[in-house]
Amino acid sequence: MHVVVCVKQIPDPAAPGSLRKDTLTLDRSGKLVMDDSDSYGVEMALQLASGVDGSEVTLVSMAPGSETSGLRTALAMGAADAILVSDDALAGSDALSTAKVLAAAIRRAEPDLVIAATESTDGYTGTLPVQVAELLGMPSVTFAKRVSTDGTTIKVERQTEAGYDDVECPLPAVVTVTAGVVEPRYPSFKGIMAAKSKRIDVLGLADLGIDAAEVGSRGAREEVLDVADAEARGGGEIVVDEGDGAQRIVAFLEQLKVI
Amino acid sequence: MDRIWVLAETGEQGPTPLTLELLAAARGLAPRVEAVAWGPGTASIAGVLGEHGASRVYDVGDLAGALPGAPVAAAMAALVERGERPDAVLFPASYDGRDVAGRLSVRLDRPVLTNVTGLSVRDGSLVTEHPVFGGAQIVHARFTGEGPGIYVVRAKSFAAASAGGAAAEVVAAPAGDVGPTGAARIVERHAEEASGPKLDEAAVVVSGGRGLGSADSYALVEELARLLHGAPGASRAIVDAGWVPYSHQVGQTGKTVKPTLYVGWGISGATQRLVGMKGAKSIVAINKDREAPIFSVADLGVVGDVHKVLPALIEALRSRS
Ligand SMILES: Cc1cc2nc3c(=O)[nH]c(=O)nc-3n(C[C@H](O)[C@H](O)[C@H](O)COP(=O)(O)OP(=O)(O)OC[C@H]3O[C@@H](n4cnc5c(N)ncnc54)[C@H](O)[C@@H]3O)c2cc1C
Ligand SMILES: Nc1ncnc2c1ncn2[C@@H]1O[C@H](COP(=O)(O)O)[C@@H](O)[C@H]1O
Repeated sequence: MHVVVCVKQIPDPAAPGSLRKDTLTLDRSGKLVMDDSDSYGVEMALQLASGVDGSEVTLVSMAPGSETSGLRTALAMGAADAILVSDDALAGSDALSTAKVLAAAIRRAEPDLVIAATESTDGYTGTLPVQVAELLGMPSVTFAKRVSTDGTTIKVERQTEAGYDDVECPLPAVVTVTAGVVEPRYPSFKGIMAAKSKRIDVLGLADLGIDAAEVGSRGAREEVLDVADAEARGGGEIVVDEGDGAQRIVAFLEQLKVI
Repeated sequence: MDRIWVLAETGEQGPTPLTLELLAAARGLAPRVEAVAWGPGTASIAGVLGEHGASRVYDVGDLAGALPGAPVAAAMAALVERGERPDAVLFPASYDGRDVAGRLSVRLDRPVLTNVTGLSVRDGSLVTEHPVFGGAQIVHARFTGEGPGIYVVRAKSFAAASAGGAAAEVVAAPAGDVGPTGAARIVERHAEEASGPKLDEAAVVVSGGRGLGSADSYALVEELARLLHGAPGASRAIVDAGWVPYSHQVGQTGKTVKPTLYVGWGISGATQRLVGMKGAKSIVAINKDREAPIFSVADLGVVGDVHKVLPALIEALRSRS
């Protein structure tokens, strides 16, 4: 079974985000790391692959500046190889363009199973994996909280409003996983060393046969008009509990007439 | 802005609250509002959809257990191909809503604007609002290409209201064969039981986060919720940790709540959290860290240990009743 995992490389979320003044888009300059949300997909892929003989995990990512540091982290966890699409013309791509690029890259890997996160930490559109599925002509099961497979079918517990559904689906298929489904492993020292020599294919748009005019900011069909400060909530009262914390809350609730 | 479609989702009690919110939004933007629904009972919800402003409902029909993403998107694309041309399609930010929106986006080759919390018309085009950085700032955006625009709208962005319209006309809109894309099947459904008011409808929400220290302490959050006739909520951190079911999660990936009163115990107030509860009328937060971001939105912040303040509060409330 060949499993492809989408791995987004994003600016360090610990650093405060900011919008670029000129394009009003998120500032993505600086070093990128693997989106934490995708570490669950990588772990899930490795676990599923280890249960089916002759399986392998390939990573697919689209990122500027031939960035590979996030991919190396996922390779160190145990993925076999990676495909990276990097092209200056991709700057400013909307989610649909990104989906077209990723779908073209994934198609090359001829996967049985494609795994992505339900939403990325920095973009959180949450539609990209389904767009990829439609482009590849595959079924999709989003919001998976448990997944098992025998290599021909997948069984998924899919989150719902009320609880969860048992869903079955033939492969090939796209599955999106939520955070917390599995415990991502820490790369071992051996894994980190091995990752250094693993293969990362770096592709440009021409390699994928995609017209540069259709993607990136030239192809984007949405624009940001302006950014405004939201109405700030009036500064409230902050008190330090000195044994009277509960009483302060009671008084507040009385004032609101909740009690 | 002439004609808007709304994806209508059905729950146990007919159209979901978010569906009715979207109908109200659409009504305020265009004279003609139509719904798209699926499932065995579309005829039975035509009355409510009409009352909330839909003149017509396209019925994709019973999906026989298939996940709705592929077939419902195919049915909508087929309608567009047949010449039905909405200017905008509004989707609920729900599991199935996002699936249908993503697939329709590919079928129509139109991008999607997600996490929409506001819609207005400016110079003839539809302008969206998106909260960023936990709602501290609002981005306004719009589509530049040809329509229809596809919008995924967050819960509680608009208020549902009846418009007193007549039942919507039901028009069959079958999906046709969607090949392998429609192959995912629901074989069994599981409901996690809950008592008390529903989290996203409760007037009081009492939430707990990692600061509770252990799954056992969550019982105190539930107890306080009961005493205040509210619903218990949770941060993603403790849902991921398996302390409580996902249905309790409040935030970007969970439920959006807009109660009269929100009380948060041991929750840091990360940006993905704030967008889910910032709309509460009053916010009380208890956290031992004076610098926790949640204090920036709190009306009353108590810097203290949940293990002291929470039991004391429960005790105080019990002794009053
Ligand atoms: C794409 C994406 C989507 C997300 N969606 C959501 C979402 O829907 N909902 C959500 O909640 N999060 C969401 N998150 C996660 C979010 O970023 C935070 O990680 C999460 O909200 C943290 O939960 P927490 O506040 O319980 O835990 P922590 O951040 O660990 O905070 C615990 C807090 O408890 C305090 N504390 C500790 N001990 C005590 C004590 N004894 N007494 C009092 N206070 C104490 C600490 O000071 C701290 O502030 C999302 C993240 C991503 C990347
Ligand atoms: N540039 C990218 N490279 C690789 N995977 C991506 C990329 N963008 C999105 N994805 C995948 O799609 C998921 C959803 O992304 P988003 O639509 O941005 O919320 C992410 O969590 C990733 O798994």
